[in-house]
Amino acid sequence: MNWFDSWALTLVVFIPAIGAVILMLIPREQEDAIKEVTLFTTLATLGFTIGTLIKFDYGRTSTLQFSVDKNWIDVINSHYHVAVDGISLPMLALSSFITVLCVIYSWNHFPEPHNPKAFLILLLILEVGMNGTFVAQDLILFFIFFEIVLLPMFFMIGVWGGPNREYASIKFFLFTLFGSALMLLSFLALYFKVDVPGVGHTFDMVLLSKAAGAGLVHSTQLLIFGGLFIGFAIKVPMFPFHTWLPDAHTEAPTVGSVLLAAILLKLGTYGFIRIALPILPEAAKSWAPWIGLLSVIGIIYGALGCLAQTDMKRLIAFSSVAHMGFVMLGISTLTTFGINAAIFGMVAHGLITGMLFFIAGSVQHNYGTRELSRLGGLLKQAPKMGWILGFCAMASLGLPGLAGFWGEFPAVLSTFNPGGDLSQPLFRTYMVIAAIGTVLAAGYLLWMLQKVAFGTPKPEFADAHIHDVTTYEWTAWVPILLLIVALGIFPNIIFRVTDDAVACQTAAPFVSKTTVPISPSVKCPASPLAAQTTAKVSGR
Amino acid sequence: MFFLDQAWLVPLIPAISFVVILLFGKRMPRQGSEVGVVAVGASFLLSCGAVVRWILRVHDAEGGSALGAFGRSIGRIGADHAEVPVLPVLHHVTWFQNGGVRLTAGIQIDGLAVVMMFVVTLISLLVHVYSLEYMRGDRRFTYFYAALSLFTASMLLLVVADNTLQLLVGWELVGVCSFMLIGHWWEEKPNSDAALKAFLTTRTGDIGLLTGVIMTFFIVQRATGVGSFNIVALNQAVSDPSSKVGHTLILWCAAALMLAIVGKSGQFPLHTWLPDAMAGPTPVSALIHAATMVVAGVYLGARVYPVFFHGFSIGDGGVNPMAAIGGITVIVGALLAFVQDDIKKVLAYSTISQLGYMVMALGVGAWTAAVFHLFTHAFFKADLFLGAGSVSHSGSHHSFDMKTDMGGLKKYMPQTYKTFVIGTLALAGIFPLAGFWSKDEILVNAGHNNYKLFLVIGLVGAFMTAAYMTRCVYLTFHGEYRGGHEPHAIPHVDEAEHDPIDTPASVEHDAEVHPPHESNRLLTGPLWVLSFFAVFAGFLNFPHFSRFEKWFQPRYPAGFAEILHPVAFNPILATVSVLIAGAGIGIASAYYLGKLPQGLSERNAIARAGKRFLVNKYYLDYVYENVIVAGIKGPISTGVYWFNQNVIDNVLNYTGRGAQALGRATYEYVDQKGVDGLVNGIATLTGESGGEVRKIQTGRLQFYALVLVAAVVIFAGVLWIST
Amino acid sequence: MLLNEFLILAAFLFCTGVYGVLARKHAVLVLMSIELMLAGVNINLVAFGAFHNSDIGQVFALFVLTIAAAEVGIGLAIVLLIYRNLHSADLDDVDSLKG
Repeated sequence: MNWFDSWALTLVVFIPAIGAVILMLIPREQEDAIKEVTLFTTLATLGFTIGTLIKFDYGRTSTLQFSVDKNWIDVINSHYHVAVDGISLPMLALSSFITVLCVIYSWNHFPEPHNPKAFLILLLILEVGMNGTFVAQDLILFFIFFEIVLLPMFFMIGVWGGPNREYASIKFFLFTLFGSALMLLSFLALYFKVDVPGVGHTFDMVLLSKAAGAGLVHSTQLLIFGGLFIGFAIKVPMFPFHTWLPDAHTEAPTVGSVLLAAILLKLGTYGFIRIALPILPEAAKSWAPWIGLLSVIGIIYGALGCLAQTDMKRLIAFSSVAHMGFVMLGISTLTTFGINAAIFGMVAHGLITGMLFFIAGSVQHNYGTRELSRLGGLLKQAPKMGWILGFCAMASLGLPGLAGFWGEFPAVLSTFNPGGDLSQPLFRTYMVIAAIGTVLAAGYLLWMLQKVAFGTPKPEFADAHIHDVTTYEWTAWVPILLLIVALGIFPNIIFRVTDDAVACQTAAPFVSKTTVPISPSVKCPASPLAAQTTAKVSGR
Repeated sequence: MFFLDQAWLVPLIPAISFVVILLFGKRMPRQGSEVGVVAVGASFLLSCGAVVRWILRVHDAEGGSALGAFGRSIGRIGADHAEVPVLPVLHHVTWFQNGGVRLTAGIQIDGLAVVMMFVVTLISLLVHVYSLEYMRGDRRFTYFYAALSLFTASMLLLVVADNTLQLLVGWELVGVCSFMLIGHWWEEKPNSDAALKAFLTTRTGDIGLLTGVIMTFFIVQRATGVGSFNIVALNQAVSDPSSKVGHTLILWCAAALMLAIVGKSGQFPLHTWLPDAMAGPTPVSALIHAATMVVAGVYLGARVYPVFFHGFSIGDGGVNPMAAIGGITVIVGALLAFVQDDIKKVLAYSTISQLGYMVMALGVGAWTAAVFHLFTHAFFKADLFLGAGSVSHSGSHHSFDMKTDMGGLKKYMPQTYKTFVIGTLALAGIFPLAGFWSKDEILVNAGHNNYKLFLVIGLVGAFMTAAYMTRCVYLTFHGEYRGGHEPHAIPHVDEAEHDPIDTPASVEHDAEVHPPHESNRLLTGPLWVLSFFAVFAGFLNFPHFSRFEKWFQPRYPAGFAEILHPVAFNPILATVSVLIAGAGIGIASAYYLGKLPQGLSERNAIARAGKRFLVNKYYLDYVYENVIVAGIKGPISTGVYWFNQNVIDNVLNYTGRGAQALGRATYEYVDQKGVDGLVNGIATLTGESGGEVRKIQTGRLQFYALVLVAAVVIFAGVLWIST
Repeated sequence: MLLNEFLILAAFLFCTGVYGVLARKHAVLVLMSIELMLAGVNINLVAFGAFHNSDIGQVFALFVLTIAAAEVGIGLAIVLLIYRNLHSADLDDVDSLKG
């Protein structure tokens, strides 16, 4: 194994940490130096991510690559195990990519009380957590990275947030921490209850997924899954655990909102795909109809919530509830098709909603308000920004040819024929509800577009000097916009990476025995352990 | 076979043009319009090449020589060619893979596709040219051309698609272009409202498309084992009597796709968006809301016709949803056209009614007739819309109100008048113009396939079409000129934004400066081209000659061969339908000429005959004027319109408002008070118990130390006692 | 060996220190009292080390001395900062930990 293979992922995770340490040493007056160091750090991180993207073997996406597995905490048999496969790769790329753009955007957009040093340190620590979560293959490591994310975001909202920031940040922190506590309980239960053949008790996610809950009675599985479910569902957030989200988004500074929407929400869905489903497949089958139900409720509910909003940013926040509903619906079908769609939906939502939050931030920067009733005529005063808003609204409502569609359509398609012997009539009902949700999505997004962009400016802003898109904004936005189009036209960019990985890592236990599955069976690389497991289970 | 194999170039060229105009259009000498015209022109030439190549392909398959395609075989009976298969040209590439299934994007070029390519590129080209003058000086001229290019590309993408997913992509994209162009003058709220309404209404229909397309995937999967969106595979799967696909699934799929057609093609009861969509610029109305986008639904119906045929059991002559909806739409649309004062709305309701004919034709098993009517209708309806645009541009100072700003324009605008009348006669179905042939084919098929009810509906519709179009022509071009008083006194919403001050082009149209005058050649040129087709397009399917049927009807074993039966021309029915249309024109003329005797009837023999008929039978005259015409004009159509505006429209409005109210209620009561309240409650409980505990925290270090020492002492004491 | 005497001395010193920490209000005096407690502990360490005939006690005592020096340094710095901010070195005035 060469140098790059063994160090790439570690560097991707910890370069931002090194950057943060360097920032601490720079006096806070030297703002330019601070910004440059941050930009350089994130670019270096992105560089290593691109390196992994290039060196990744796309012929065997279902295999973990760039794997590093070192003993870490011997007492509890916890390892420093990082690796990527087709499921984590797109998320890792998204995370390091968006962070760079956030740094560029915030170049001279720092919210009150300014202090770029502290803000950027937090941003880098956040990146450590986000990148780490997507590469961790050990439950304890995963948990630590998952929790690292909380603190910087808490301070970002609490210090740089809007007028109601204290309430929002504490709500965000406590709500997610509550979920994490249950999640940790479940991790511990997995450690103590699952006896992986030939290995014993372990936190290793790969080994645990191969054991697939062997030796656990169904009721225990259900309970453990419940803990994982609440932990991840709060992060997603699924109805009815979503109430932290609108507050957090509304109060957070622009960059905070973007990262929250683009990456942080995905930690939850990623957890479902990476941990909950493969490790406890039997429980997943029992839980799936309920997850599906909550997802479609979320789709409709989020949309209705949007229609009632008067604040642009809050509206976009509520739309996240609806969009993540589609992602979770795809996951709940337990099919390769649906989970692929979910991963695509995660990336697409990250780009599109991230972009919408950027625009909302710039609108507030220019107008000093986000009240829909006071806005209007953005297209007249800042035509470029107006068109970008229109473009993003179209992308967000799932227009084919743009990225959002490929998250929604295949997810809805997979509900027609769910995996894991789930009830077809039930899921087909979900399909129709989700399809109705797409109409509501068009409704609220176009309504917002009409209020903000169309018409003529309100008298109070008629003579205001509105900056159209600035150079920094262009630099930060153009890559996202291009990516939205590129993914929309060539969805295979992501599907070909995720397909085999999902089929082998996540959806394999759910291939139906009674009905014709959507997809023909995929040949996964043989794992000796899996054979052992089945032998042992049948032996019991 | 360059033109058929490389047909993917046809949508690609306008797509590139869209990008070029968007990026560089503003810096070009003609602000990007030249790129649009050239690109669509190139697509048009390619489409013409594809049509010719396809015709040659048909003849090659029959063993005829290439020349024979056009010359020798004329006069041969057209019914005996159904057995010779002509395969469509199919090409595809892998688009993406999901779940191990490779999904493809590709082209399926057959008769239907080349006809549509021809129609779309021709009308798009004419509209591009027309807009050079019509939109001159518009503040978003470049943007307008970019959107037109994008629309053309999307529509062609839809047309050449070889799978339903790609069709859905094109379908949604044309919807967005329609949204952008209806809302072209978005400064005015009514325009953006109309754009929203159009998009959301069609999107409601798209619930059906989404679920329907999903079902097509699974229909193919059940039949072949591997899911696919491929249209040929789909048509085979539903037609094969031995396939494992259940009828229930096909029925559901047909019903879902029907909903999509209802939304996109303005069928009852989702047609209300189409008249509102007239808020867009007139060339857009001609291109999108008359000739191309709105027929996408009909195209879908024709494309996957076996799904509908078997799903709705069209072959057995019973009333089915497709025919029923089409039939209702024919009447509802036509009735409403009587009470409009806005010339574009008359045409919009007429479009609805004619789309109803097409859907009804599909519903009664008349595939070829439906496609043929789509083909002819595109020409004469685009002609009429562009004519209306010409009138507003040069005759009525950007108004579309026939009652207040038009009248008597015949003498000012002879060219526009002539082309408009040709379009009207073609639409009314007067022999031998295009509309006659296509409408007659629908009727004769309905009769032959035992759909007598729909035959009657078709005849009633023909009568009404003739009548309302006569009214429209009369109000616009005959009588006294009523415009010119206080220009822009009643500005039409969409044209009011024309910025008369900024642009030199508009100044010359100011009524104070110029009286009504003929439009220039950029406007009349396209009108004459369309009039040419409105007159001659119908001869393509001349009885026993039947080129259209021979060339463009699918002739390959993919579900079509066994369900398409050519039906012989019926001279009696044709005579009856012409007489009925003539009667429509006659009665309507008579109604208007009661006050102005010198008018239409002096030039039109049929109208004169109709008028004489009315004069001779006085009591009938009375009945027609006061019962039928007045009845239709008065209570019935007003009632239908009332129903339309107050019931159907309101259902939409109230659904929207209800959803909003529900949203607000859910948000306020369930979300903020219920769910959030619970969360806050837990937080409060924790907070208050914390408040009690915090009293111990005095903040004084020495107190803490004291507690510590005390604890150590107690602990030590306990330890000492216990040992 | 006279272990008990050493232990009694150490206990006396320690108790004096505890009394000082709890009762004195001036921060510097509290710090000095802490030094007394540490001295008591050191005597214990050395005494037990000698009793068991081992060097470990002395080693630990040296560690404690070093740490105590550092601790006093930091402690006095804190006291100085408190005095600068509050203009008093009275511990009763320092209650910002109050919940």
